Amino acid sequence: MTVFGINVLTFLVIAPAVAGAIVMVVPQFTEGRARDFIARWLALAFSIVIGTVAVVVFFGYNREVSGFQQIVKVDWFPLLGASWHLGIDGISATLVLLTGILTPLSILVSFEHDDRVAAHMALILLFETGLLGVFLALDLMIFFLFWELSLVPMYFLINQWGGPDRKYASTKFMIYSLGGSLGFLLGVQLVGFAAGTFDIPELLRIWTSLEGETFLGADIGTVKALTFVAFFVAFAIKVPVWPFHTWLPDAHGEAPTAGSMLLAGAMLKLGAYGFLRLVIPLFPEVWVADINVFGLMTTNPAGIFAFLAMLGIVMGAFAAFGQWDIKRLVAYSSVNHMGFVVMGLAVTALAYGKQHAGLDGVDAQDAIIATNGAVLQMFNHGLSSAGMFLLAGGIYHKTHTRDMREYGGFWVKAPIYGGIFIFTSMASLGLPGLNGFVGEFLVVRGSWPVFTWLTLISMLGLLFTGGYILKGIKATLHGPFNMKWRDYNLEIEMRELVAIAPLMVLMLVTGVAPNWILPVINNSVTLILGG
Amino acid sequence: MSLNEFINDPNLLPWLIPVGPLLAFFIIILATNRGRLARRAPGNPNYPDYDGMPVPEVTPSSIVLSVAVGWLGVMIAWVLSLITIVRALGEEGFGEHVFESGLDWLATGATALRMGVMVDPLTTVMLMMVPFAVTMIFIYSAGYSAGDPRKSRFFAYISLFAGAMLTLVVADNLLLLFVGWEIMGLCSYLLIGFWFEKKSAYDAAVKAFTTTRVADVLMLLGIAYLYAETGTLSFRTILRDSHLLEELANQPAIILGGSLSAAALMSILLIIGTVGKSAQFPLHVWLPDAMEGPTPVSAMIHAAAMVSAGVYMLIRMFPLFEAGSNLHGHGAEFAISTPLIFMAIIGGFTALFAATIAVAQDDVKRVLAYSTISQLGFMVAALGIGAYVAAAFHLITHAFFKALLFMSSGAVIHAMEHGEHHVHEHHDHHHDDEHHAEHDEHAHFDPQDMMNMGGLSKKIPWTFWPFLIGGLSLAGFPLLTAGFWSKDEILAEAWLGLTEGFGPHTFVFITLVAAAFLTAFYTMRQLALTFAGEPRTEEAEHASLTGSIAISMQLPLVILAFFALTAGFVGVPTDFPVFGPVFADVFPVEEVHVVDEAAEGGAGFGGEEEAASTEETAATGEEDAHAEEAGGHGDLKSNWFHHFISPTLIAAQEPPVIPFNVVPVLFSFAVALGGLFVGWAVYWRNPLETGQEDPLIGFLGRPLHNVLKNKYYIDEAYDWAFVRPIRWFSEVVVNEWIDKGLIDGILHTIAAIFTFIGDLLKVLNTWLIDGVGDGIPHLIAAFSAWFRRVQSGRIQQYLLIIMAAAILIGLVFAFSTGILTVSAAG
Repeated sequence: MTVFGINVLTFLVIAPAVAGAIVMVVPQFTEGRARDFIARWLALAFSIVIGTVAVVVFFGYNREVSGFQQIVKVDWFPLLGASWHLGIDGISATLVLLTGILTPLSILVSFEHDDRVAAHMALILLFETGLLGVFLALDLMIFFLFWELSLVPMYFLINQWGGPDRKYASTKFMIYSLGGSLGFLLGVQLVGFAAGTFDIPELLRIWTSLEGETFLGADIGTVKALTFVAFFVAFAIKVPVWPFHTWLPDAHGEAPTAGSMLLAGAMLKLGAYGFLRLVIPLFPEVWVADINVFGLMTTNPAGIFAFLAMLGIVMGAFAAFGQWDIKRLVAYSSVNHMGFVVMGLAVTALAYGKQHAGLDGVDAQDAIIATNGAVLQMFNHGLSSAGMFLLAGGIYHKTHTRDMREYGGFWVKAPIYGGIFIFTSMASLGLPGLNGFVGEFLVVRGSWPVFTWLTLISMLGLLFTGGYILKGIKATLHGPFNMKWRDYNLEIEMRELVAIAPLMVLMLVTGVAPNWILPVINNSVTLILGG
Repeated sequence: MSLNEFINDPNLLPWLIPVGPLLAFFIIILATNRGRLARRAPGNPNYPDYDGMPVPEVTPSSIVLSVAVGWLGVMIAWVLSLITIVRALGEEGFGEHVFESGLDWLATGATALRMGVMVDPLTTVMLMMVPFAVTMIFIYSAGYSAGDPRKSRFFAYISLFAGAMLTLVVADNLLLLFVGWEIMGLCSYLLIGFWFEKKSAYDAAVKAFTTTRVADVLMLLGIAYLYAETGTLSFRTILRDSHLLEELANQPAIILGGSLSAAALMSILLIIGTVGKSAQFPLHVWLPDAMEGPTPVSAMIHAAAMVSAGVYMLIRMFPLFEAGSNLHGHGAEFAISTPLIFMAIIGGFTALFAATIAVAQDDVKRVLAYSTISQLGFMVAALGIGAYVAAAFHLITHAFFKALLFMSSGAVIHAMEHGEHHVHEHHDHHHDDEHHAEHDEHAHFDPQDMMNMGGLSKKIPWTFWPFLIGGLSLAGFPLLTAGFWSKDEILAEAWLGLTEGFGPHTFVFITLVAAAFLTAFYTMRQLALTFAGEPRTEEAEHASLTGSIAISMQLPLVILAFFALTAGFVGVPTDFPVFGPVFADVFPVEEVHVVDEAAEGGAGFGGEEEAASTEETAATGEEDAHAEEAGGHGDLKSNWFHHFISPTLIAAQEPPVIPFNVVPVLFSFAVALGGLFVGWAVYWRNPLETGQEDPLIGFLGRPLHNVLKNKYYIDEAYDWAFVRPIRWFSEVVVNEWIDKGLIDGILHTIAAIFTFIGDLLKVLNTWLIDGVGDGIPHLIAAFSAWFRRVQSGRIQQYLLIIMAAAILIGLVFAFSTGILTVSAAG
């Protein structure tokens, strides 16, 4: 498939950046309101075109054929052995679709900014390049390049257009992420030079069987363990896995609405995707290596991963429940929800590791279901968290406060907003019939036979998911109307309505008939886990 | 597939049953809920008037359309249900084969989880009750919510509620059942908090949702476990496979495997779901508070839908719970599984416990709420002793008389509010000066408090008679009411076990008999306080229902009253003196097997005997033995209800018909009549005067009465034990100590260390390096003075430069490596 004579995946990666440059340049030739107008609509038009291509790529993905598709491979940096290698499977296709959908909606929402419009739009588009680059990359160097690239626009979005505490939040976000990236870069170099290639499919084939060699005087086992830790930390920060999560409430809380939507909706998936694409298949034996915990018990990294997932689910829910800042509440809900993704991935890691080692342990069916659930949960969380941030941002934009104690009874003045708020909250809560439930159910079903006690405790988190969601609804919509907002228009704006409508349709459709998307995920997952 | 095909094929038709109300929900929400800005009319206690601030209100035409759409939706569901019922009744061997269809819903590796609908005898019975009761509630709602500015929204919610309940009923698997289950949870949350400006209302809504969610997350685990073990969630695949059930019963559970089997663990997790949904102890606390919602909601929650759903699920999953027990054995052969004992204890205890609270409540709806908890306890306890048919029977009769009671109480409240309104106007008219003082005084008037009522039988007779019938049915007034027959059947089953010396049966019998006595007593107390004697307040004096509201609200009462009396006759034991033969004629058991007329003497019942004996031969040897030992009752005829519903289970598990025994019947008579009599003697014979204290206080003593009135202080205990600690834990421990203190503390420490090192290096720089290379900076300074012009401080300009550089570099790479040329080809 080609677009304008360019491979469709290359197009998807490069087009947003080019579009961003055009959005930067073209409006400069006009003045005043016209300049902002052109910048906004140009950005929206570009992102819709790119989103359409993403949709076409998703539905064009042939799930009957195994392996990566739409592959493009061109020498890029022969000296290093890096090449411009892109391709999709069912997992990346899902996330490309998510990114393609969320970007135009975020751009539409960010119409609310009047400050340096062109730059704002351009940054969002540049950010999309970073995201799509990571999801499509089949070369470690390219992967790393776009991984880093995605940081920069988000840093500026928070730093320049964020809330009152934006300097602290953006710096924390940047430093924290760079801290992870540092190890990641070293890990990439170690892998690349030890294996002699950066090509991911090639690495998947040869890396696990590299044995008995030494690299820079170190045993290959040591190299693997080191790179494992480096990769793990980098991705864990991004997901975020508890306790690497404290950058998130600050960044989400302070980011502008569109920034939060993309940050929660798409960027967190980079980390989970990294686990699934790199860490699990590259280090199967490390995941199941025995670790002695303070002489008390023996477990393995997969078990610890599941334990952290449980903590993310439970502590994330408690933390969200303790918030009075609406955006921080939604931010912590991401910790809670991504915990289920991590739980699913922990099952994947354990199953894959045991299979690799030729050990019994995890039923392939359980692992497939859990992994399906994890990937679907990524998609679902993308929809619902973007929706929640849109709504939280909308009300913040109108009232200029995020303190829910100053809200109250908004449902009276904003009935449509209230209805949408409850709908989206319920999707986020995991109400059956809406999307969130399907992913959580699959993860719970898959992890129950494997990590029984951890799953049981995680249900406590699911209980408090209800707690904080209801707290949000209660503080915002219920109660006597706070007359402070008497002369404010609190109803949802048409622009926001248009932006959230596609999300709501997807939430409902995915909840009622998840098989529109799940088989695409399922086939790739089944291939990996050989069920 | 065309719509016609769906309607003509009984296997496909069930898909359409929930569609009507669900579509109605979407139509109302999206189309007929149009608002316009208006000022709130003052005076409605449920709606603040906001100082005249204009708020969006739904237009009158939208309201009319919404009611029409809601009615249409539920009527369609009812008609389709009737078609299904007729087909089911005419189907030979129904139960052995059923109406079902399904499709792949979730891809899971090489297989898929299927989702589908199914109508079997149990579903058919539910379809007789649910759409009918729901339709009555819809008709009633139109009158009840007359003048409510959010009437459209109300009809949308109850439509969704009805759709969810019907989804649950026609589901052929546990997952779809759970979908309906949870959507109903959402609806009850929305409806309880319908008057969301009221603190009591939204607090009750949150409480209901949270309490049931405790149970639901555990139930979800049970579903996941069942799915993990069996690879399916289809009812018939799991429950009609006795080998599978036996395997599950013999396999140790994944956790606590020492004391529980896999079947027992998953059963208990599922039962906990019902403990939440059907408000059993200790998760019963949400239900009385749910009275904050509009009254039709109470009827919906307590009768037709939500709480019934919990018991329905128990009945549905009964074979799994039963796995591993032999309920029809004698002595040492008798075995009962852990989940059944669990149910017997929870149900029996709840039945009695809730009845004691109901005795001391003064709110007309709260009494009914606790009676619901108590009656649901009856059903759960019945299932705990394996009285499968009796539980289903009581579920149906209870739905009729409880819907009737709730709607009647709603009519009472409405009449009282009318009286209150009247009193208000009266005062407004004559005492204009004192208006504000009066207003404040009457703001505290509670139209639901029975102490404010009295003498209403003359004011609203069309409400009084249905209320009386419902109350008698609840009390189990002998022979004439539906409640008697179903309650008696539970007691009969318990008695049979008691005579065998089985522990759970004995416990259940004792608690239920005691609860039944209290039920009769508090029912009479409620009737007397509400209707007997003279009005105790001015409001009660002016209570009335008029116009179309009176018809819309009271017509359903009359219809339901009919069923509250007669619904029990389908389940009269065939060997019950006098009544048995009569109703066996009225509801003949249709024989589906080939009947050998010549072999049977009696023309009337020959078929049934044959049916019974055929069933017996199909049953296991042990059951045959049991039937014989039980006194040669192998030829016992089953009544219509028993006969119809039994084939839901496989032949080996079909519950035997128990022989008539006079002892439990006498108990039924004694407790019902005794309780009613005591209630009558205390409250009806000498009706309470204005300001007079409840004689119960004198009888029980004030401390005990206070304990009962305050529901054993369980709400307070939960608040102290769970709510406050959790709030503290989230706000202080997790947020302040762990996240901001510990984790961020570590991060900030690291940051401080690096900043310190950086500062140190900076000092080193200025001191050492700058000192050496002083000349170079001058040069740099000159350069930067020139370069500073780029630094305009405008972020666009920076980005422009970055972007330009990025593109330039990108293009250099692209052309040097040939991406652009090569990819054009591929």
